[in-house]
Amino acid sequence: MAKLGDLASLIRSKNAGPFVLTFDIMFDEPEVYRRVKRSGALGAEVVARLYDVPVEDVRFFFCDNALAIKASIPRPVIQGDPGDADGHGGQQFAPLIDIEIE
Amino acid sequence: MDELRIVAPTGVMGSGFLESSFAEALEREPHFIGCDAGSTDPGPASLGAGTTAFPRASIKRDLRLMLIGARRLGVPLLIGSAGTAGGEVHLAHVRGIVEEIAGEEGLSFTLALIHAEQDKDYLKEKLRQGRVKPLSPAPEFNEAVIDRAERIVGMMGTEPFTAALDAGAEVVLAGRASDTAIFAGIPVREGFEPGLSWHAAKLLECGAACVERRKTPDCVMAVLRQDHFDVMALDPELRCTPQSVAAHSLYENADPFLITESSGTLDMTSAQYAAIDDRSVRVTGSAFRPAPVYTVKLEGAEKVGYQSITIGSIRDPYMIRQIDDWTARLDERVRDRVMNVLGGELDEGDYRFDIRVYGKDGTMGGLEPVREIRAHELCLVFEVTAPNQEMANDISAIVRHQALHLPIPEWSGLITGVAFPYNPAHLERGLVYRFSVNHVVEPDDAYEMFPMEIVDVG
Repeated sequence: MAKLGDLASLIRSKNAGPFVLTFDIMFDEPEVYRRVKRSGALGAEVVARLYDVPVEDVRFFFCDNALAIKASIPRPVIQGDPGDADGHGGQQFAPLIDIEIE
Repeated sequence: MDELRIVAPTGVMGSGFLESSFAEALEREPHFIGCDAGSTDPGPASLGAGTTAFPRASIKRDLRLMLIGARRLGVPLLIGSAGTAGGEVHLAHVRGIVEEIAGEEGLSFTLALIHAEQDKDYLKEKLRQGRVKPLSPAPEFNEAVIDRAERIVGMMGTEPFTAALDAGAEVVLAGRASDTAIFAGIPVREGFEPGLSWHAAKLLECGAACVERRKTPDCVMAVLRQDHFDVMALDPELRCTPQSVAAHSLYENADPFLITESSGTLDMTSAQYAAIDDRSVRVTGSAFRPAPVYTVKLEGAEKVGYQSITIGSIRDPYMIRQIDDWTARLDERVRDRVMNVLGGELDEGDYRFDIRVYGKDGTMGGLEPVREIRAHELCLVFEVTAPNQEMANDISAIVRHQALHLPIPEWSGLITGVAFPYNPAHLERGLVYRFSVNHVVEPDDAYEMFPMEIVDVG
């Protein structure tokens, strides 16, 4: 077992416009990417649970040519609205780091 | 034309680029230079307050190099989303800088200004016609939202840019524009394959963001040919790799394969990325699917109110271990006190009082999976949003005093429970704004929302 944070070359979150939050999980090595993809540890359900959104609101992608995994969700709070704590959405990825990969 | 060379000096005007990279780009004789100058990424304040996210001096520095370079080569310079948000005030701001540079450098050229701020009556008419559609997710949109908006801009497609060039413009300064539209218009008009043109434009609009390890914002170049395009950085230390170029389509996009534009959708699902050498990448296989209905995305911002914030910290371990209870009791105390003192002037629902607790869940709020506090001190931000600045300040003064002496069971006697680093303890934030629109309009044509002016400069 290994943590996603130890396998990925970059895990990041960011606004995709003011209303959508997107997560990118990127890898340097094709075999590491394939291991994570095959493990089944990452999917729309996991993102839905971690970010408390209905699974049908999660858009989830494997991007083989970029060695990357991507998910997008409606922003928990619209960018810049009262109560938003992260204007660029850049620090919302932390819970993904600890996902255990076989 | 069998080859079209395009240079993007940087991903956003005002963020900078290396002069040496830009000089190298000019050596390669680009057919035009394009630069995105805006974004919603800085937040709603630019659109609401009419300000820019970058200092005037840094916009001028970048713009000067671009104008001199474009005029020396005699090629078009296309700038989209002037002044961050691309409204009237933003366009006027950057126009002023363009004219100032032209005067200082002795440049003369034909300038097209393309306006993108939307007339409220036009939007209401489109709304009544059922030709305003929500994107997902979208807040409620109605005539009251239009009236309340400080400013609503439309995001133009490629057509106003190419119309400006047809009208003789040598420099095009546009209000809010699709980042990719700045770059896609010319190649499509020159007969290059639309999928490749739009995909190249998508890479160009972020400058050197598609390189393997970007040191600083910098230039990128794309060379379009009939069945492929090549993308490369100009700084010899920067490398585009098949993975870095493929990965760029993820950045700030909800969908890594499909990108919706006014006139259709860029589809990168079947795109192939191959290394030409260790610094350049060849892209093939991208597609562009024309939309059945032409749409223009709207962005709007409205006032939320006036804000004051107070920053404080807590070091008392007894207080830290009961912080949720403490903030709940403070909230109640403040609300009571505000009604006692200001009840004649405002109702309970007229203001907001929020407490951010850094060291606990300040960044993620309710989504924070770590529930126990592991810090020996906490930073608190007390945030008040009210109908005017004086009220926000008055409520902040109440917050300070209530927070300072709110008792906890562990200590008997009067305590001073929060450390405030500033005096006065509160900081005025002035007017604050929120994004209020995430919709598209179906205009009669690609031009009616974007009036153009032709001006002789110099």
